Amino acid sequence: MSELFPRKQVMGFVFSLILTAVALLVYFLDMPFTTGMTVLLITAFIQAALQLVVFMHAGETGDRGSIYTNLYYAIFIALVTVFGTLLTMIWGYI
Amino acid sequence: MDYFDRFAVPHPSPAIYVSMVAIGLTVIAIIAGLTYFKKWGYLWREWLTTVDHKRIGIMYLISALLMLFRGGADAIMMRAQLAVPENTLLDAQHYNEIFTTHGIVMIIFMAMPFIMAFMNFVVPLQIGARDVAFPRLNALSFWLFFMGAMLLNISFVVGGSPDAGWTSYFPLAGNEFSESVGTNYYMLALQIAGLGTLMTGINFITTILKMRAPGMTLMKMPMFTWSALVTNAIIVFAFPVLTVALLMGTMDRLFATNFFTTANGGMDMLWANFFWVWGHPEVYILILPAFGIYSEIISTFSRRNLYGYKSMVGSMVIISLLSFLVWTHHFFTMGQGALTNSIFSITTMAIAVPTGVKIFNWLFTLWKGKIVITTPMLYSLLFIPIFTIGGVTGVMLGMSAADYQYHNTMFLVAHFHMVIIPGVVFAMLAALHYYWPKMFGFKLNEKIGKVGAWVISMSTLLAFMPMFFSGLDGQARRMYTYSESTGFGFLNMLSFIGAIGFAIGFCLIVYNIYYSTRYASRDISSDPWDARSLEWATHSPVPEYNFAITPQVNSAEAFWDAKKHGHELFTGEYEKIHMPNNSGVPFIMGCIFFAWGFSFIFGMWIPVIISTIGIFACMALRSFEKDHGRYISVNEIKKTETSRGA
Repeated sequence: MSELFPRKQVMGFVFSLILTAVALLVYFLDMPFTTGMTVLLITAFIQAALQLVVFMHAGETGDRGSIYTNLYYAIFIALVTVFGTLLTMIWGYI
Repeated sequence: MDYFDRFAVPHPSPAIYVSMVAIGLTVIAIIAGLTYFKKWGYLWREWLTTVDHKRIGIMYLISALLMLFRGGADAIMMRAQLAVPENTLLDAQHYNEIFTTHGIVMIIFMAMPFIMAFMNFVVPLQIGARDVAFPRLNALSFWLFFMGAMLLNISFVVGGSPDAGWTSYFPLAGNEFSESVGTNYYMLALQIAGLGTLMTGINFITTILKMRAPGMTLMKMPMFTWSALVTNAIIVFAFPVLTVALLMGTMDRLFATNFFTTANGGMDMLWANFFWVWGHPEVYILILPAFGIYSEIISTFSRRNLYGYKSMVGSMVIISLLSFLVWTHHFFTMGQGALTNSIFSITTMAIAVPTGVKIFNWLFTLWKGKIVITTPMLYSLLFIPIFTIGGVTGVMLGMSAADYQYHNTMFLVAHFHMVIIPGVVFAMLAALHYYWPKMFGFKLNEKIGKVGAWVISMSTLLAFMPMFFSGLDGQARRMYTYSESTGFGFLNMLSFIGAIGFAIGFCLIVYNIYYSTRYASRDISSDPWDARSLEWATHSPVPEYNFAITPQVNSAEAFWDAKKHGHELFTGEYEKIHMPNNSGVPFIMGCIFFAWGFSFIFGMWIPVIISTIGIFACMALRSFEKDHGRYISVNEIKKTETSRGA
């Protein structure tokens, strides 16, 4: 029976609930803005990765190569766009 | 009557009234013609409802040519206005509207559909597929693009054209400085067309990754298909930025939000930033398919395989990454510091390296090749030197310190026209001549074609070389006139003559289409150019199912191997072929999107709500529709194949 039990999925579900609870703490507890944003950012990225791998089955099919290439490419471009914009509009702006 | 006042043109002139009459008469003539010749049914069954990638490609092509003439008319008017100092042909407002629509029409509604036309027509044939992965989505892409284009094109007779430049920078594009609905047209028309492009991107990535003929690994794909794959990847990652920026701009204009305002915490320059985060990859969305076309044509007419296949692929992949790293070079003078500018200067220069690799690969392909000068080849050969002039001046503009000198002058205008015209327009005209026999079953006349190529390329030099000099002398772009004492008159007159040359060149192409349709021989082989890739292995014009038997591929030039080395492309018996059914839903959905965009532009909320419901109804209809396509029987295939002389 043990191999029929979707251990990975149940664990994933529990873990995603924990992540949600941690994110909610930012609302209920009184913490500084930067701490709150850091907690939100970290939990959001872990949550997204968890959903992709556990529930959207990235990496379980034959085209896992294309899927991960696509993901890394997307992450790269997202980071470049966000940090490039910050550099142009705020940090590097005199 | 107050209700209808909003549709009035805010800044009318006799020319606009004449255009209104002309548009009205054309519409009446088309409707009367279709009714008289009883072509409504034919139009609906064969074209409006089609999901066939080849027909959609041809519809893109027709739209692109129409928009080329619309944008070209704008260009002639601009050059005529600037031909002599203190000209009064156009006033400042009309000049603003014309350079704005010229930019939008040429980039979004001419160059993009031209590229889509060849991607649609050629890519499934090159990979040996029967259609794209999602044929109906493809039809929807086309109709969204088409309705976006129509929406922008009615702006100058209903409510006023956009007039804040094709970049539509805020705060100029905000309500405070652009009071007419013109900029709403810009926001909504681009939004609708952009949605279509995004869908095309997803569609073609899936098609190329999933539907290649057996044996065709990624590194055995023809170069145009590779360029299409890389381009569509850029589309999928770049267009969402435009979608979001346009949405924010629309909200600023219609719902009084403050994303790009100068007050209330808005950041006006954030628009410029977002626009170019999309806009620079967009440049490569235009140029990479053009490079793919050149690769096909140069290798075909040098009678050699493409030099450096792997480095070609590698440089395109690197370009696709670097294209997202350079956008700030479009606004070096905006106020960011030296560090930021230096970073983007360096990435900009880095992108010249893979582009240079490609240029050298073409030159090495030509080296020791048996060069055959046909019209497509002539365009490709003329492209290399002219594009290099444009590219080298691009490196000058890319040096941020020097850019303060060139920024917003005619030097910049000369640069990007010298890149886009040989890069994209020549490629598309080359492809038009090259693929015409595959599309319609006869060749365009070579003699007229070559004269056209020379006229257009010499006009490019005549029209844009003087701008480098007038720009360095200080002539600013987007100024509707200048005084005689500036001394710009002579150079601008030269540009005007060049623009006339362009008009003659494009008339030659139209005449060539007319002439060849009447007189060209229909008795040509399916491979009139002695080409190398799979699209030439089927009949011309291509039957609905593309290939009667799915081809077997074992090299990057499968068809060439089949011709020269006895490789068997088609083995096995005919089998029944599964094809998608036609559907009217994409066209109807496009029409609803048009109504949605139009009412949104004028802030008429009840029609907006009704058409939004209509759009969702169309999607729901599709979700619950049971349509499993149809089969073409073996007998029918045999009949088609014998009638085409197989």
